[in-house]
Amino acid sequence: MNESQHVSSQFDDELGGLRTQVLEMGGLVETQVAAAIDAYSSGEIGSVKQIVETDRKVNNFEISIDDGCAHLIAKRQPTASDLRLVFGITKIVTDLERAGDEAKKIAKGVRRIYEAGQMPSQYGIGVRHIAEAALIMVREALDAFARLDAKLAEKIIGADAEVDVEFKSIVRQLITHMMEDPRTITTSIDIIWIARAVERIGDHAKNIAEHVVFIVEGRDIRHPPKETKA
Amino acid sequence: MPSEKHSENLVPQISIRNLNFYYGKAIALKNINLDIYKGKVTAFIGPSGCGKSTLLRTINRMYDLYPGQHAEGELIVDGKNILDKDVDTIELRAKVGMVFQKPTPFPMSIYENIAFGVRMHEKLTRNQMDDRIEWALTKAALWGEVKDKLKQSGTGLSGGQQQRLCIARGVAVKPQVLLLDEPTSALDPISTMHIEQLIHELTKEFTIAIVTHNMQQAARVSDFTAYMYLGELVEFGKTDDVFIKPQDQRTEDYITGRMG
Repeated sequence: MNESQHVSSQFDDELGGLRTQVLEMGGLVETQVAAAIDAYSSGEIGSVKQIVETDRKVNNFEISIDDGCAHLIAKRQPTASDLRLVFGITKIVTDLERAGDEAKKIAKGVRRIYEAGQMPSQYGIGVRHIAEAALIMVREALDAFARLDAKLAEKIIGADAEVDVEFKSIVRQLITHMMEDPRTITTSIDIIWIARAVERIGDHAKNIAEHVVFIVEGRDIRHPPKETKA
Repeated sequence: MPSEKHSENLVPQISIRNLNFYYGKAIALKNINLDIYKGKVTAFIGPSGCGKSTLLRTINRMYDLYPGQHAEGELIVDGKNILDKDVDTIELRAKVGMVFQKPTPFPMSIYENIAFGVRMHEKLTRNQMDDRIEWALTKAALWGEVKDKLKQSGTGLSGGQQQRLCIARGVAVKPQVLLLDEPTSALDPISTMHIEQLIHELTKEFTIAIVTHNMQQAARVSDFTAYMYLGELVEFGKTDDVFIKPQDQRTEDYITGRMG
């Protein structure tokens, strides 16, 4: 990745401005995810409204950053590392925005469960565990982007597989629960929705990490060929 | 990458080996090794004075016209080292045509501008010559605009048309290779687009080497890109790779505009 300066300092300012905006947007999404997980485990649903409101700011960031990228492409015709950065940014903001949406879904799910007089943490203990793993993935993906650290990015991609495996085990556990006691079905389904949202947040963090590898090294590591099963 | 699946056979049209070039005692090209592939567009980019125009001028021995300039090494066209003393430069320049930065129409009619070069190499009947003129002007995407005024002077055309006339003149002798030295730097954007479209059409029959200061133009029109700096070939590769992920930091700095 090229850290030296352009002949045009204005170009440097424009690229730097876009990077800063992505990190600000990422900070908001990280807060949303953390607040949603807190709400899930503490039963404190006062923050739900806040999470929903933050989502509006996140959406505005997405529009503003994409617009900045379009202008930069039109004016500067970026090439090589600059092109990869701009292209990567437009993809990263899409994943960030969706991760924000998932946090909003978690918050709303938590509120539904409490309003039905239930306590989510009585069900699926594992949800909290994968939620924390997903939050770390988001945080590290943003770190990897800030420092343009492809090694860290590749580590995150590995972590996603664990979240996926745990998600499946949570679903199995809840199915057993529902069969044993059909009165828990409504809440269990809400928990599955929440776990699903968490798992998606992990996916988005993984996507962001993949974009970082592309930005830094120019390698597209999405969709690797499946290893043949022994 | 999908393109790699149908990897095509690349045949070198020109092979450059250990080429050095001197202006008097000053060395301008240092040990250049490169293949220019048949039917492909190869773009040469680099800052002023990097040697890209010198390299182009070496390929058809334009430097012969200037005493004190000489080249060493091998520049193989059709199995023959064209740097050898016994090479007929008139014949070579029919095989390897050149178009310059500024349009250079001869002060004669549009028809004669093209016929002049053809007569040096071939004896054609009047009808054959008419056909050849129409063919060359059609190749250069100029026929429609000038077919009713072939007797008018070539210098009366617009800059973009003059440049296409020069390209028609170049292709009329049916060369194997066309060398374009900043062919659009004196043209407006629409004329530039016409020439770029033309370059694309011409690759069906000719091999093209183009020197350009316009990086986006190199990215748009070429299949291969060579980045030169201070007389050296720094990087040579597929254009798609060079503009997305160059291998050399110096190429990266130049094409992203980081070179002070």
